Amino acid sequence: MEQVIQLEKVNKWYDDFHVLKDIDLSVQRGQKIVVCGPSGSGKSTMIRCINRLEAHQKGQIVVHGTELTNDLKNIDMIRKNVGMVFQQFNLFPHLSVIDNISLAPIWVKKMPKKEAEDIAMSYLEKVKIPEQAQKFPGQLSGGQQQRVAIARSLAMNPDIMLFDEPTSALDPEMIKEVLDVMIQLAEEGMTMLVVTHEMGFAKTVADQMIFMDEGRIIEQATPDEFFNNPKSDRTKLFLSQILNH
Amino acid sequence: MTTFSNQSLMRNKYYNWIIKNLFSSWVNSLMTVVAIIFIYEVGTFFLNWAIFGADFRTNFQGEIISDRTLCSKNIMPGEYGACWAIIYARWDQFMYGFYPIEQVWRVNFVYALLPLAIIGILFDKLPYRKYFIYFTFIYPFLAYFMLYGGPGLSVVGTNKWGGLLVTLFLGVTGIGLAFPLSIILALGRRSKMPIVKSLCVVFIEFIRGVPLITLLFTANVMLPLFLPDGVNPDNLLRALVAVTLFQSAYMAEAIRGGLQAIPRGQIEAAQSLGLNYWQTTRKIILPQALKIAIPPIVNTCIGLFKDTSLVLIIGLFDLLGIGRAALADMTWTKLYYEVYVFISLVFFIFCFGMSRYSLYLEKKLKTDNS
Repeated sequence: MEQVIQLEKVNKWYDDFHVLKDIDLSVQRGQKIVVCGPSGSGKSTMIRCINRLEAHQKGQIVVHGTELTNDLKNIDMIRKNVGMVFQQFNLFPHLSVIDNISLAPIWVKKMPKKEAEDIAMSYLEKVKIPEQAQKFPGQLSGGQQQRVAIARSLAMNPDIMLFDEPTSALDPEMIKEVLDVMIQLAEEGMTMLVVTHEMGFAKTVADQMIFMDEGRIIEQATPDEFFNNPKSDRTKLFLSQILNH
Repeated sequence: MTTFSNQSLMRNKYYNWIIKNLFSSWVNSLMTVVAIIFIYEVGTFFLNWAIFGADFRTNFQGEIISDRTLCSKNIMPGEYGACWAIIYARWDQFMYGFYPIEQVWRVNFVYALLPLAIIGILFDKLPYRKYFIYFTFIYPFLAYFMLYGGPGLSVVGTNKWGGLLVTLFLGVTGIGLAFPLSIILALGRRSKMPIVKSLCVVFIEFIRGVPLITLLFTANVMLPLFLPDGVNPDNLLRALVAVTLFQSAYMAEAIRGGLQAIPRGQIEAAQSLGLNYWQTTRKIILPQALKIAIPPIVNTCIGLFKDTSLVLIIGLFDLLGIGRAALADMTWTKLYYEVYVFISLVFFIFCFGMSRYSLYLEKKLKTDNS
């Protein structure tokens, strides 16, 4: 199996606050990894380090054989291949849905406008909202916005997708439509790293579960192992809290 | 029958509105009555002065007014109407300053094309907008050539420019040049590069900490010191430099306010798609930030347009300067009200226009996006 992401002894501080402590992680092509843990455990920070939205201070992050350093060229190259979906969608409110999606192909990949819009439409069909193409993000529901955000990421044709709590800002009735798109994506073989508390989704999709607390990876196991036979007490406590309510 | 009931319904509607809003309590009623009396008194006084009892070209005896002694109010005791003849007599100066009268067509030409140069920027749904925008970029060079002269046109030095020409030249050029400069300053102030950032901060804070008059004096006296011998920019250019720097600092702060209002997530989303700094800035940040900053930006533009009248202090004759020169003329002296009211009206037309445009733009952008 080809290794696409490699984190080695990664450490990060916000001033005095030690957010990531000696994180080791390796992701193979096609793998789906779900990261969970209490808030403030560093899980979002970890995946944000992988496309350098945050800089780490110690250790090594290698994506597709390229080490992430301050070198802007490397960062740009990695970002082109790594898609990211945010909790707050972060669609561009001043652009229509289709412009949101075709923007990066046009400007980053220098694609002709027509071709980029065709690609944008094909991804809108994939997330099942082609009829919303001409609307502005503010006119869509949360679930529709998040699906546009996924389409926007996919339009750059990334081979890794990072999801940072993609359903946490959604009303309950909209969570499923977003998860369905993500499950479909997983079935197509996308490499995915997902921070989420949707344990049903994790059970369906994940190859590996990671539990983080206080900046450390506490437990890493297959979903079966993780849910039925967790090793650490903190994992057990967390699971009992999250599964019983 | 139906028309009658419709009418009475309408009347009822107005009646109800009046009762509800103007006479809801005795305090309100009292204030309404006082306000109406006040507006009536001031309004009739002003209209009588400015229009009904005023002299335009001729006085009440029908004589052409060629100097102030012929104004009705200076002949008939008790007459108080305005004597607009001074504006007629000095019209060319108000519009063109001391521009040679046989060359004035050049200024008129530039005035006439100004709306065409601006309209493309103002309205984004204009048909053939692209060509209007091309023209916007050609216009400054064309206008400069027409006004100053060059091959085929006699040279008219800027010391001959004046009145509305100077006011518009400083206002429009100042705003036009300050806009790109202010965007650079605002972005620089938020830059992560310490030297760029501190340069911008020092520039903005210095300019904002100094009155425009001081800048005008400084530009007038000190600019030649910084330039090589022999290069001696004329007064108008010096004033333009001062006005542009002043405006850019204020506009930069207005734009910075807009930049700060953009959520961090917008930048992260753009970065995660692989857009570089300039692409992110141009396509994502600025369109949103400028939209938010429209009201304060227009505010600074209106402020600057009015402040251009300060150049009379360094010896330039803008609209106000020409007005004061007219009053200093023994033929017309003491017609203060006429001159100042006229100048106010001209400034008001331009500033009110800017204000209305900003309202229109805010409304338009709001419906566009949500």
